Amino acid sequence: MNTPQIQEDEQTHIDAFNSRISAGQTIEPKDWMPQKYRKQLLRMMSQHAHSEVVGMLPEGNWLTRAPSLMRKAVLLAKIQDEAGHGLYIYSGAETLGTDRAEMIDQLLTGKAKYASIFNYPTLNWADMGAVGWLVDGAAIVNQTALAKCSYGPYSRAMIRICKEENFHSKQGYQIMAHMMRGTKEQQEMAQDAVNRFWWPVLMMFGPSDSDSPNSDDLMKWKVKLYSNDDLRQRFIDRTVPQAEAIGIKIPDDKLKWNPTTRHYEFGEINFDELKSVITGNGPCNKLRMKQRNDAHKNGAWVREAAVAYAEKKAKA
Amino acid sequence: MSTKENWPAWEVFTQQKNGAPHEHAGNVHAPDAEMALLNARDVYGRRQEAINIWVVPSVAITASTPEDMGPFFDPGNDKMYRWPNYYKTPEGIKQI
Ligand SMILES: [Fe+2]
Ligand SMILES: [Fe+2]
Repeated sequence: MNTPQIQEDEQTHIDAFNSRISAGQTIEPKDWMPQKYRKQLLRMMSQHAHSEVVGMLPEGNWLTRAPSLMRKAVLLAKIQDEAGHGLYIYSGAETLGTDRAEMIDQLLTGKAKYASIFNYPTLNWADMGAVGWLVDGAAIVNQTALAKCSYGPYSRAMIRICKEENFHSKQGYQIMAHMMRGTKEQQEMAQDAVNRFWWPVLMMFGPSDSDSPNSDDLMKWKVKLYSNDDLRQRFIDRTVPQAEAIGIKIPDDKLKWNPTTRHYEFGEINFDELKSVITGNGPCNKLRMKQRNDAHKNGAWVREAAVAYAEKKAKA
Repeated sequence: MSTKENWPAWEVFTQQKNGAPHEHAGNVHAPDAEMALLNARDVYGRRQEAINIWVVPSVAITASTPEDMGPFFDPGNDKMYRWPNYYKTPEGIKQI
């Protein structure tokens, strides 16, 4: 039914919502919000949560082969943080009306997307350095922006996450710096890791602004405060000097400091590769889905035991 | 086995240091209160953020609604005489 009265009420809601957004106020779960805002946020937040969860897999690959007990402890702590990040964002997303079990089911059945970067393999120990330094470094740039987004639960989850994320990127950078002071083979391993990860990391920021279908709405609603290209540039500008400081060469012939714009210029990103990885054809898409499903299955007995224990105690 | 098991949610409140109030930190899912407490410790207290934790079933919380915002809080909005700076003190008086 679409009587004039209902349309009028709807318009009042929209106006109130828009003026709160432009006043920089946050929207909270029980506030009225446009259907599209709810839908886009749920899509973004669930994809983000899935990324934290799937992101544990490439690093988990090196847990049993970390070069020292200390490195192993650090990697474990980082991976545990990522599980927590997934949890914070799932619980933020639940406030939009979909429960966590439903979202996890969408991940396990392959209906949901997660960050394309985790569909690349981690082939040697230096990859743990490159992932921490570059992947988490890119995540920091993204998440610092999202910490100011208009949806309260998302923003608060991001603030919490950003506090932990610096440790991730620093421990990665330290691994790289350490290897660059090592033997020639170690230096080559570190450089090789960056050669493989650099471009896929730049793709983490998503398609170019001219080809980003959801960006307009998200920016209008202050879910996104900066465009994909702006955030990508910010990441490059802060990362290149870090690479230079430890003797890593960024694998981009066109990379060049522009003293006028005070930004780095860089080569062309292969967005066809991004599209192909997102649509399921990256090097590890199938492996990640299998690993995630196996982990869920293998953990079933723990969840069943927890329920049995709770039931037994409730009876006693 | 269904993958769609959803344990009840528990709101987590953490006390950061001795004497400080408990503040809302977030929530966890768990089959009972004891496990909710353990999960809350692992999720919200890994970096000395808490010396004490409360967990409360999320369904047990009654909250005011955004629509209430105006009328519900009205009684507190127009009583300026509840603030000390409503009262003028005679000149020369430094302390009261
Ligand atoms: Fe994370
Ligand atoms: Fe991280």
